[in-house]
Amino acid sequence: MAEFRMPSLGSDMQAGKLIEWLVEAGDCVKRRDAIAVVETDKATIEVEVYEDGVIETLLVQPGQKVAVGTVMAVIRTEAGAKALAPEKVALNGASRLRTEVEGLPGAEKEKFLTSIPDVGARRVKASPYARRLAAERSVDLSTIEGTGQNCAISGADVKRAAAAASSQPAEIAPPVPIEEKPRAASQKEVSPAAPVTEKPAAKDYQTAMRRAIATAMARSKREIPHYYLQMRLDMSRTLRWLESENLKRSIKDRILPVVPLIKAVSLALRDVPELNGYWIDDRHQISEAINLGFVISLRQGGLIAPAILNADEQCLDELMAALRDLIMRTRSGGLRSSEMTDATVTVTNLGDLGVETVYGVIYPPQVALIGFGKTMEQPWAENGMLGVRPILTATLAADHRATDGHRGAQFLDALNRHLQEPSNL
Amino acid sequence: MNKDEMKQVIFKILKRIAPESDPGTLAPNENIRKTLDIDSFDALNFFIGLDEEFGVIVPESDYGKLNTLSEIIKYLSCRMG
Repeated sequence: MAEFRMPSLGSDMQAGKLIEWLVEAGDCVKRRDAIAVVETDKATIEVEVYEDGVIETLLVQPGQKVAVGTVMAVIRTEAGAKALAPEKVALNGASRLRTEVEGLPGAEKEKFLTSIPDVGARRVKASPYARRLAAERSVDLSTIEGTGQNCAISGADVKRAAAAASSQPAEIAPPVPIEEKPRAASQKEVSPAAPVTEKPAAKDYQTAMRRAIATAMARSKREIPHYYLQMRLDMSRTLRWLESENLKRSIKDRILPVVPLIKAVSLALRDVPELNGYWIDDRHQISEAINLGFVISLRQGGLIAPAILNADEQCLDELMAALRDLIMRTRSGGLRSSEMTDATVTVTNLGDLGVETVYGVIYPPQVALIGFGKTMEQPWAENGMLGVRPILTATLAADHRATDGHRGAQFLDALNRHLQEPSNL
Repeated sequence: MNKDEMKQVIFKILKRIAPESDPGTLAPNENIRKTLDIDSFDALNFFIGLDEEFGVIVPESDYGKLNTLSEIIKYLSCRMG
């Protein structure tokens, strides 16, 4: 038996509220399946499971708020008696990282690409579970009438629509295990749920968001001895190259300038891996996977920094698609737990409003944060000549316990090198 | 399409991007990105919206010319024939 516990979806989380179970007792689950929707102070997250098995019992009811680490469900695993080691329950991202990322590349990347919502489409109110179901079953959410709270589309609505669209509804139903438990009770809990709309009033939500950010940032400034380095980067090569690339693309496929920056950061982290990872239990833990947390500000205030998993392995088009998908889901609900916990480094881009230099606060237990300001035309001297170039100031805030300024300087140098060879990004 | 109709369609696109905003209160020469707090990602979505609604493709080099309602309407009018 394995225990499914309330995970810590970030160092600022102490408790979470179960919004919806995506499974029932008796359901078969596979590693990386999202099985519950949990609301934290910051967002509604789909929480994934980390082993194959059958759901034995669900211990927490939707609506209940429980502390991080609380056992929420028991899963009968194939291995039988092998209990789930506590660190596997995402008490921190680091310990889980290595085992988790192996299975990623192909399938997960594909999922990112296929689930990109159509930006032009009207925003449909639907629970994260409903969105996922709809994607899996190729149901167009805009054709469904929601019966959930505030007319949001629930999982049950999607199931009904999918069943109606198919002559063999039995085949689409989730796999039914042999020893099925009575479903009536749990069914009732699942169907009318409309988690996205169940958020507390905007003000409460913002208070909670501020508190969560306060906890993480206070811890960062209390524990992490930051050092800061900054470098001015000549962006003319990257921007010229990007301009010619974008001319080949339709407006929908254009790549934003932040995308080559993200790629260059992840390649520079390959060169200087010490900045990619965590400081936990007085020890520096370097991560092999480069999962780049990207700060996304929310329109109603606050921020979330979900991870672009394996950013270094993706081409620019894939990264643009991943970023678009992540921003959409951050703002409309449906982030997955791995995206909340697995970031190994953070990038923040404040250039949109004209900020020149960002002095970042590291998100613990990470050891570095890279900040970008606005690219501005500036006088630039090179080879004895003075010219005007688009200049971007990149900053590194790094944990001095984990690395020294020399490593940090090597990182910024590598970042600059990659940006001067944009065709290799 | 007259200018008022254009304005309504532009408001619709902006409302989709910034649901909590009221684009109707924008002054003709107000900087839309700053007033509605639109980042570069949402700005791209806005240009995608212009393409979908008006069939006008804005090249990247023109992004900087489209900051206010009057600039956008003038730009569209010239290209919609």
